[in-house]
Amino acid sequence: MQLGRDALLGAYRRMATIRQFEERLHDEIKTGEIAGFTHLYCGQEAAAVGVCDHLSTEDLIVSTHRGHGHCIAKGCDVKGMMKEIYGRRDGLCKGRGGSMHIADLSVGMLGANGIVGAGAPQAVGAALATKLRGQGHVAIAFSGDGACNQGTTFEAMNLAVVTKAPAIFVFENNHYSEHTGVQYAVGTDRDIASRAEAFGMKAWRANGCDYFDTYETMRDLLEHVRGGGGPAAIELDTERFYGHFEGDPQRYRGEGELDRIRAERDALKIFRARVGDAGLLDMAELDAIDAEVKTLIDEATSEARAAPPPDPAHVAEDVYVDY
Amino acid sequence: MAVMNIREAINRTLYEEMERDPSIIVLGEDVVGGAGTAGGQEAIGGIWGTTGGLFAKFGGDRVIDTPISESAIVGAAAGAALAGLRPVAELMFADFIGVSLDQLWNQMAKFRYMFGGKTKCPAVVRLIYGAGMNAAAQHSQSVYALLTAMPGLKVVLPTTPADAKGMLSEALHGDDPVMFFEHKALYGVKGEVPDGPFRQRFGEARMVREGGDVTMVTCGRMVGFCEKAADKLAADGIGTDLIDLRTTSPLDEEAILDSVEQTGRIVIVDESPPRCSVAADIAAIVAEKAFTSLKAPPRMITGQHSPIPFARELERAWLPSPQKIEDAARHVLAFR
Repeated sequence: MQLGRDALLGAYRRMATIRQFEERLHDEIKTGEIAGFTHLYCGQEAAAVGVCDHLSTEDLIVSTHRGHGHCIAKGCDVKGMMKEIYGRRDGLCKGRGGSMHIADLSVGMLGANGIVGAGAPQAVGAALATKLRGQGHVAIAFSGDGACNQGTTFEAMNLAVVTKAPAIFVFENNHYSEHTGVQYAVGTDRDIASRAEAFGMKAWRANGCDYFDTYETMRDLLEHVRGGGGPAAIELDTERFYGHFEGDPQRYRGEGELDRIRAERDALKIFRARVGDAGLLDMAELDAIDAEVKTLIDEATSEARAAPPPDPAHVAEDVYVDY
Repeated sequence: MAVMNIREAINRTLYEEMERDPSIIVLGEDVVGGAGTAGGQEAIGGIWGTTGGLFAKFGGDRVIDTPISESAIVGAAAGAALAGLRPVAELMFADFIGVSLDQLWNQMAKFRYMFGGKTKCPAVVRLIYGAGMNAAAQHSQSVYALLTAMPGLKVVLPTTPADAKGMLSEALHGDDPVMFFEHKALYGVKGEVPDGPFRQRFGEARMVREGGDVTMVTCGRMVGFCEKAADKLAADGIGTDLIDLRTTSPLDEEAILDSVEQTGRIVIVDESPPRCSVAADIAAIVAEKAFTSLKAPPRMITGQHSPIPFARELERAWLPSPQKIEDAARHVLAFR
């Protein structure tokens, strides 16, 4: 471990923010106040943060329908996100996008996406843009084990290889594409990284519930890509603590499965254990972060609830820049 | 006659038709659900509840869960149909035609014509469509106009359980590709469904009510919106001819023109953006073929020329409403 105290505290804060943001949404959705479909990122915190902690604002990411974690890890304003999910006028996307369509280009977050597999080709294009600018930045496509089966993802991987784009395919394998298991849906013996290798790029594998394993593996990967080695991929073995969408009864889960993954594969617990065992941080410091994050999420929620709705008169604005 | 909702009517029709015809297969994402999980298959039965029980009865060779691969789902349906099966492919959201459009647009729709009439492609694609659930820009669209515009595809939009059964059965007896649109906000609509074999021919509109003063032409969820507007008008003694198109390809021009010749006034209601829409298509047909009968310009009530927004207030503003429809009817009635 080479991370300093501030970096460690920051990583924990970002993961705790994702966790509490999502847990709060899980509760708030039950009240009926939040409209639409919401897909929670809980369980995958170490993946988003372990990847994005290497990135600057000029490094770009494209995200998925399960995108809140990527947004927070990349630096999107948490209060603006909450307002967006509540469909408010001052939400990050003016209440037009909602949970599945949060974007903030000012922090290099090119957008969550409601179409599975749509992001990978966009990341290649974004990577070509960074390559043209020549400042060593990269573009990352977050995809799940579901998106790895879309033709768009295959095409994007090949295009990245043939154009030597500094594109990175992060496959977060949470073992479920919607309600179907990865054992069924991914034919390459559950292995996604090997597909990336077959397209001719270097691929890594890491524990996507362990911040340190993800972070350190990403360091090697980024050294390769930023050094001009071409595109790369990483498969992160992670967990989805909730259903495909909020309201999913999850009858496909095994008995005790959710309890087991919460006990054994919780990114926050694993982080605490790792830094505690190594004597790097006091648990009291992390408890204090939890309390600060709770205050932030409390404020974000109450402000979102009280925020004004969008004006229906503006419904057809922003379709074009100029029309 | 049994009373059931549209969801149940579709489920039962699939079941009965698969019992009748062993060449019918069902494929799509989570149509069984739970494959490769500890909970096991049939854990879901489709997120819309329309394919439950099919796997248990007909097995995995005929009820096929697919990975998230819409282009492959529709393409496999096209190929299976060419090879003699009757596939029923499900697109969990009609918006996903974006991923699979080539297989619909350049393949399935064109085989028969390109191959000199020597082939047929009896595939049914079930597309779950429509707004009303705040599912935002990529999960709310009514994309039937796009597919209506493509020669070679039939486009079907049931609004009652009886029509759901009759038209799904018709699709599964026919030999052409059928785009079977199911509005996600109409699944719970209940009604009587004929027992036993029952088919509803395509190209026959449903006269929901006859009133003689103003014509309303619509389809899908907007039929119910028009009924609310027509009720308001009826309270003022204004009679509405309300036409549910049922299919936009083929289109029952005769039903529309017959009504307009009597009323001279028409409101066309369409849950999609206005440009190149089914509403615009019908307005053009009426202008061309019933010009001398018209006493007022045709009026279209549609969505906006924008993507469908997320927030409740915005989605409501984007959609047609019973009030907008009623106002439009009064407008064409007042026109002199």
